[in-house]
Amino acid sequence: MSFFSKLFSREKKEDLDKGMEKTKTSLFGKISKAIAGKSKVDEEVLDELESVLISSDVGLETTVKIIERIEARIARDKYLQVSELQAILRDEIVQLLAENNTTDVEDFLPDQGQKPYVILVVGVNGVGKTTTIGKLAWQLKQQGKKVVLGAGDTFRAAAVDQLKIWSERVGCDFYSKGMNTDPAAVAYETVQYALEHQCDVAIIDTAGRLHTKSHLMQELSKIKRSVGKKLEGAPHEVLLVLDATTGQNAFEQAKHFTDATDVSALALTKLDGTAKGGVAIGISDQFKVPIKFIGMGEGIHQLQVFNKKIFVESLFD
Amino acid sequence: MFESLSDRLEGAFKVLTGEHRLTELNIAESVKEIRRALVAADVNYKIAKEFTDKVKEKALGTENLLKAVKPGELMVKIVRDELVELMGGEAADFNVKGKPAVVLIAGLQGSGKTTFSGKLANFLKTKQKKTPLLVACDVYRPAAINQLGVIGEQIGVPVYKDLDSKNPVEIALKGIQHAKDHNLDVVIVDTAGRLSVDTEMMDEIARIKGAVLPNETLFVVDSMTGQDAVNTAKAFNDVIDYNGVVLTKLDGDTRGGAALSIKYTVGKPIKFVSTGEKMDTLDVFHPDRLATRILGMGDIVSFVEKAQEQFDEAEAQRLEKKIRKNKFDFNDFLSQINQIKKMGDLKSLMGMIPGMSKITKDLDINNDAFKKVEAIIFSMTPDERNNPDLIDIRRKKRIAGGCGHDLNEINAFMKQFDQMRKMMHKMSKMPGMSDSKPKSKLKLKRR
Repeated sequence: MSFFSKLFSREKKEDLDKGMEKTKTSLFGKISKAIAGKSKVDEEVLDELESVLISSDVGLETTVKIIERIEARIARDKYLQVSELQAILRDEIVQLLAENNTTDVEDFLPDQGQKPYVILVVGVNGVGKTTTIGKLAWQLKQQGKKVVLGAGDTFRAAAVDQLKIWSERVGCDFYSKGMNTDPAAVAYETVQYALEHQCDVAIIDTAGRLHTKSHLMQELSKIKRSVGKKLEGAPHEVLLVLDATTGQNAFEQAKHFTDATDVSALALTKLDGTAKGGVAIGISDQFKVPIKFIGMGEGIHQLQVFNKKIFVESLFD
Repeated sequence: MFESLSDRLEGAFKVLTGEHRLTELNIAESVKEIRRALVAADVNYKIAKEFTDKVKEKALGTENLLKAVKPGELMVKIVRDELVELMGGEAADFNVKGKPAVVLIAGLQGSGKTTFSGKLANFLKTKQKKTPLLVACDVYRPAAINQLGVIGEQIGVPVYKDLDSKNPVEIALKGIQHAKDHNLDVVIVDTAGRLSVDTEMMDEIARIKGAVLPNETLFVVDSMTGQDAVNTAKAFNDVIDYNGVVLTKLDGDTRGGAALSIKYTVGKPIKFVSTGEKMDTLDVFHPDRLATRILGMGDIVSFVEKAQEQFDEAEAQRLEKKIRKNKFDFNDFLSQINQIKKMGDLKSLMGMIPGMSKITKDLDINNDAFKKVEAIIFSMTPDERNNPDLIDIRRKKRIAGGCGHDLNEINAFMKQFDQMRKMMHKMSKMPGMSDSKPKSKLKLKRR
């Protein structure tokens, strides 16, 4: 466990636990209500469990999978005590997530030696791209990295200012060509800036866009290509930011953004609200792309590296 | 992985085909499928359950009445009608009487409050000839105040800001005073995004409301919100008792089931829907359209609107002229393709046409559909694009080399283009065609 403790300082675990409290209490409140007065896990209990999982935003497909696994277990063991249900549920969720071969990341930055390591941040409007960038930059800065933020959202009113303020808070470099400029050019030149100034990491912001607007998705592909033109192999990471309050549409978003830019990692934001931690389970199950970061609050330090097992555990104990 | 709602429903109603009337048994089966479909559309699980129970009751009530109708179709009708009824109700008016009237905007982070505030100001200014004032009370998010400032400039509406103050209540009150001093009609108070579990921030919005005494308090919600919509909507309602809901980002492909959950839980009317990033994309709410959308039954009205959104009168007239003179060329064709592409994802567009979602599901329609055509046209010289008749076999060979398609494909394309051109020319000569420009344009697009 020393490995986990290294990853998860006490403070972070507290953040996570606190953020998850809502989900936990409602998930467990609901489960215990569902099984009150029962001794055996039967059809009725499973139906209730299904409804509990779905209303925690786990999603239909994943919920069905989890229920089927528990059913299979009942068929195998013949008899299942209600008191065992929580432990079994946790077990099954952990196993289910382990089957989807995405490996958990260990740190904010992979130790691969690319310099600059270029991260392109994409997502629909209002999911928290810029805030995530600010928090990520802060974490990297804490590790002693030299970071530049590229203001690629040249469209939304005052987006450049917003990122600039973050760069000042973090104390990192900032590259911008102003509003209404070509975002592909901003991306290209941010990488150039990173090369010239020996930055370790370049994080490029982009304007929020709905995944259904194909011309905007094409623009995104172009931004990505232009980064690759300046530095071969870049961007090393395309980070799709998803809002944890989003429902089933999150899956469509992931699909379309992956088509346009080969998304390589996900950040899940706003996990500190009401019962919605469940969405992380659904996403970890359904996507081949790993969740890498989770946003747990408005504070600059409240971005964490996501670990499936720890996450599920924090839901249960 | 993501099965569309109409597929699910079709599955549900398949249960009913061959049955001559609705019985308790076959209704129960289809109702279960409908419930799942609603949940997949982000309707809250409990609400979906209650809703389908109601549908079930209704369906059983009509059991013997309508033997002639196919049960599946009857079921669709019942579900749709129930949805419309639930989300509609009496028409909600928007009260901006008083001098100044005050509108308070609240919601979660990233739901689109600031953009909506701008749209509402623009709407009041252009449609209702009011003189609005925007007040920037988001003192937390970096550059939020600037954002509203920029939007105000764009639409020509004054913005009250106080960069020195960190107290939103004070700013809001000063803003109202500013409106009084400058004789402005409506004050729109944009506030910071907040989580419903953040008691401090919820307390703040309650204090703002208590201080400004708004005519309208609007709760702004992202239409892509999932199961949690119910909790958030309820928590905000408990604290600020809003009198209207605004649905944003409806221009995406979300089914918008959250809207149903909210309406069901708090019973407050949906007053506006917001469908884009441009300042004029604000709409009043049509319950019937959202009902068909949640059900994935196609939305022909939105399709036509999307077409019109991209419709450019001057361009259409120019084209019409060219077609009449039989001068439609490759440049025109390209601009047509671009217009279609601008309308969005082809597959989702097709899905809007009732009945088409079934057909397009298995087809691999992507936006590369035009790639070949574009490649061919891009391999032509400007002269050739302006004058299609110029292209002879020698030129065709060159074009084939340029675009990487073989000569047969070039020939086939040229032939198609020629036929299309002739057809359009013929149509343009038909009586009545010249005075119905938008229609003829639409036909071109849907060719």
